[in-house]
Amino acid sequence: MSEAISVPARPIRSASRVTPVTIFLWGLRIAALAVILYGSYQSISSGRLSGAQWRDLLIFGASTGSVFALIALGYTMVYGVLRFINFAHGEVFMVGAMMAFYVANGLAATSLWIASPFVSLLIVFVAAMTTSASLAVLLERIAYRPLRNAPRLIPLITSIGASFTIQYLVSGLVGPSTKDFPRMEPLRGTINVAGSLIPTSRVVVIVVTVIVMIALYLFVERTRTGKSMRAVSEDQETAALMGIDVNRTIVTVFAVGGAMAGVAGALWGLVFPSLNYFSGFLPGIKAFTAAVLGGIGNILGAMLGGVSLGVVESVGPSLVLAGYDIPAFSQLKDVVAYAALVMVLIFRPTGILGERLSRDRT
Amino acid sequence: MSLLSIESISKAFGGLRAINSLNIEVDQGEIVSVIGPNGAGKTTFFNLVTGMETPDSGNIVFDGHNVVGLRPNQILELGLARTFQNVRLFPTMTVKENVMVGQHCRGKAGLIGAIFKTKSQRSEEARIEARAEEVLSFFGTRLAGYRHDQLAFVLSYANRRRLEIARAMATEPRLLLLDEPTAGMNPRETIELTELIGRLRDEKGYTIVIIEHDMQVVRNVSDRVIVLDHGEKLTEGTYDEVSTNEAVIEAYLGRPSERR
Amino acid sequence: MAQVTAPSPARPVEVELRPAPPVDLGRAARLGLIGGVAMVLVAATGIVGTFQTRLLIDPILPLGLLFLYLLAFAFGWMAGKPPAALEGFAPARANSRNLVAGALAGALGGLCVGVLAALMSTFDLRGVFVQLSPQLLEILTFGLPLGAAIIAIVAISAVAGAIGAGVHLLPVRLKRSLLPALVWVMMFALFTDLVGQLFAGLSAEFLTDFLFTGRGGALTIVGAITVFIVVFVAYWLLGGRETTLRERIEAMPRGQRTRFSLIAAAVILIILWFVPKVMGPFVSQVLDTAGIYLLMALGLNIVVGYAGMLDLGYVAFFAVGAYTGAILTSPQSPAFTPQLLLIVAIPFVMIAAALAGLMVATPVIRMRGDYLAIVTLGFGEIARILFNSEWLAPIFGGAQGITNIPDLQIGPLQLSTPQDYFYPIFLFVLIAAYVTFALQNSRWGRAWMAMREDESVAEAMGVNVVTAKLSAFVVGAVLASFGGALFGAQIGSVFPHSFDIVVSVTVLVIIIVGGMGSVPGVALGALVLIVLPNLLREFSQYQFLFYGVLLIVMMLTKPEGFIPSKRRAQELHADELSQDAWLDIYGDKPTTDATTTEPPR
Repeated sequence: MSEAISVPARPIRSASRVTPVTIFLWGLRIAALAVILYGSYQSISSGRLSGAQWRDLLIFGASTGSVFALIALGYTMVYGVLRFINFAHGEVFMVGAMMAFYVANGLAATSLWIASPFVSLLIVFVAAMTTSASLAVLLERIAYRPLRNAPRLIPLITSIGASFTIQYLVSGLVGPSTKDFPRMEPLRGTINVAGSLIPTSRVVVIVVTVIVMIALYLFVERTRTGKSMRAVSEDQETAALMGIDVNRTIVTVFAVGGAMAGVAGALWGLVFPSLNYFSGFLPGIKAFTAAVLGGIGNILGAMLGGVSLGVVESVGPSLVLAGYDIPAFSQLKDVVAYAALVMVLIFRPTGILGERLSRDRT
Repeated sequence: MSLLSIESISKAFGGLRAINSLNIEVDQGEIVSVIGPNGAGKTTFFNLVTGMETPDSGNIVFDGHNVVGLRPNQILELGLARTFQNVRLFPTMTVKENVMVGQHCRGKAGLIGAIFKTKSQRSEEARIEARAEEVLSFFGTRLAGYRHDQLAFVLSYANRRRLEIARAMATEPRLLLLDEPTAGMNPRETIELTELIGRLRDEKGYTIVIIEHDMQVVRNVSDRVIVLDHGEKLTEGTYDEVSTNEAVIEAYLGRPSERR
Repeated sequence: MAQVTAPSPARPVEVELRPAPPVDLGRAARLGLIGGVAMVLVAATGIVGTFQTRLLIDPILPLGLLFLYLLAFAFGWMAGKPPAALEGFAPARANSRNLVAGALAGALGGLCVGVLAALMSTFDLRGVFVQLSPQLLEILTFGLPLGAAIIAIVAISAVAGAIGAGVHLLPVRLKRSLLPALVWVMMFALFTDLVGQLFAGLSAEFLTDFLFTGRGGALTIVGAITVFIVVFVAYWLLGGRETTLRERIEAMPRGQRTRFSLIAAAVILIILWFVPKVMGPFVSQVLDTAGIYLLMALGLNIVVGYAGMLDLGYVAFFAVGAYTGAILTSPQSPAFTPQLLLIVAIPFVMIAAALAGLMVATPVIRMRGDYLAIVTLGFGEIARILFNSEWLAPIFGGAQGITNIPDLQIGPLQLSTPQDYFYPIFLFVLIAAYVTFALQNSRWGRAWMAMREDESVAEAMGVNVVTAKLSAFVVGAVLASFGGALFGAQIGSVFPHSFDIVVSVTVLVIIIVGGMGSVPGVALGALVLIVLPNLLREFSQYQFLFYGVLLIVMMLTKPEGFIPSKRRAQELHADELSQDAWLDIYGDKPTTDATTTEPPR
């Protein structure tokens, strides 16, 4: 045996030795950064879009992002408590949006729509929230609760099945055609905000989202139910030992997440006037990205992640891709969103504000 | 000439200092017991040595190599294997397959060899299988014959612990780390395992470090005992020296049944 | 192998057994309501209406209503099922109360449909639910006025439910003959085209005329009865055994079992050799598609089933294979046209796939399972969008894709028809199956399974986890790329819309439903999920709904699939198994082996 080598004690920080994998990942980081910076520089300096147009893209992104944020809440809360991605949550959103569309169309045929738009919208919101929340609770009861203790892959696959089932049930029930949201006169104009004119509908979306988020935050932080939700999030077993009804709390989590998705569904109608059975898929994935971006399990993170993603998706193609003279770059809008998802999960899976997860049952 | 040399390693988890400037030496052919009250950092110590955690500072030198920063499979190739406190077998693989996984790092066959069934792959497979059976036969009738094709999770608790040791043995280690090998066993099984540990050193030549709570086992098996408390080494010596040491007794708050 | 030993006489025997709990009517009622919702949904999504055009048995049995009341039957079956025998209780015997439970479930289901009919006749709901047309109402009510119709619906549903429950009362042998006979009749009725084709191929058209109303028509009543009797008798004669086929196979000693498997495989191969020739182009096309999906499923089986990584973007590798093949062989490839033969291009396809596999795998190495699923999903979608994009159209042809891919040429042979392509596709399937088997009992196969079970422990036992994950992805990618290249050659062109996420999910459903980790299981999955929907025109509309429901139901009841590898089944029903472990069925003396109630993990 060789002599004991006297190796000077050196402070070691992490286990990363230089392997081909780390080189590849660093290369990826640098390449991504370079691509973004160069493209942005080109776009801005070429002056393709005016300041007002950039601002429009920004607002558009913020309002779409708000919708993502609301959907993201459902993902983030369920993941925080059960550590599982509810693939069908995008469909929960879609169903709420469908209900919103139909109720709105129904109301638009009456005089209430014009006489009292505020009340009409309120009815639409309540209808959407109830529908989505009910669907979420139903899913939990039928498809997820029996699989609480199954190996992690199985509930995920079940949720994929649920996603497909809901999509094609809706397609069968209401038909595959796109539905249109009725126009609402007060929302058609623009509002003067700090000197610039912004479409009213966008402002409404952002404002409603902020209000709902604040309400949710107060609910989770200040009420007893909110407290039990946080407790179950932290440590299910101990919460049960403290007398918290874990099943009921989980149902509440699903219901609240579903209700948020319902609000998002109603708001969708204000920004994107058309909807079909497949409309939940992309927003679902993007909302999940937003949830992870902000830090999964973290409610504020969902808000932050959602708005960030919306802005990135809206501004990104025009900012980065246009700089490379890529034809039809708006086609690649979704690539930006997916790429953001991939980058976030590779390089900062704990998200901007950090994860808040229950203790891993190992 | 130390086989394993731990030099001033420290590890903190958030605000908690799990290991604090620990120095330990283990010589070739020794059987060393590591004891200490719960939360003393014993399993963390094993995790650090095997590469499953990284120390914040300090060195770990095994057989002349500084292993800090290496991945666990690289450390295993150097000859350092372990078992786990809560038995972590591969439950849906058979007993024999569990042991054969231990031989993974001692083989070379790749995908091409497996697909085209080359001569070298086939002979290597035969060798791996023979070695697994040899290791399993060390445990006598406990893990014999018909048990080889049983799935690991149907084994009784004691057999699972034995299988874990067998799996570690299959990696052809020089140093074996056993984490509470007799936990949960009845007295008869405990005696059997104590003899087994002795045989592991005498027949197979392994150097062994054991974390144990059962003082009978510690007394019967150890050449040397190291006491940890709050992540630091309290003292070390033979069992008799350590068991009469005031500080040790105090750390344990006394255990009348162990005082002889 | 030792048998289960009876208790030795020295042990005390005969504890007083408590009577079995009666069938729970409350549960039956709940099931009935759920069944009712299912029946209403089946009607409202248009399934009943679409299926109704298909006559199973001329002239009395259309598929639509049959399907509807089959649900009542199924829920009645569930309601009337005797509860499982518990330790210390006498085994439950089915009696008239079970029938009541079944009837109750059925009746409640029918009531829901009745409510739907009532609503439909009062309001016009087509503004929201597009399928609730007067025609559907006519079908549901049998043309009767509303009051009578509701009574009829409830009555028929109750009867259907009672019959469903009644199945439990039948003696086992009768059950084993009756149900398959009914299933065979249904199969004959559904697949009239196929059967007609088969008879035509065997020059036995007289059978077609006898059994059916015409080529492609429905079964005649005489035909139905004939099929029923033949199958019933066959199963009755074979049904005398106590053990199932699978049990008997497993009881065989190793040598005999291997011979049995080889003979079975040979027989299947011979049959498959003749199928394309006999069955014609349409069926061959369906089989080709199934074969390609099967090839992909075997590849994904290695990634998911062996290495435990859920890849939801698997279609990307399929696309890489298809596009690489297309670019290298087609004269219409936009960027450059080497116009190689596909045979020659295959190695390049493999290299491209391997690179793609590495590119996808490297970033996800340290990710946990669910994140890995989503990231791979993202990669899959990125690939599709890029292949479709105008930006990369100069290479990939954009939305127009790449056309004019030449036929596969092997020496002097030129393959052009779907029947021709069946053979190379199947050859590749066999190669993939062989690779699957070969890797299972190899060093890397064990390493993958260890990694799937417990990654950090596997690493601590010497497995280089990075290499393991990369190699699993590469193998999966290469197999998928074979499928892609063959797909391109067979269809003649590649379009980006063929590479949707739906393909990834379909492949996943195949291995889950068929049985992860088992080759016959995956084959069965491909059969059920690809062949069946494509052969049943009406059905293919609702294909994805069917997939979704199937996934949920399978995960809740049989997550290991229909023909699982034995270890997988044991893994997923571990709780039940470990309760029996104390029985110590291997005849060992219960000595120091402590009892275990620990489920794995």
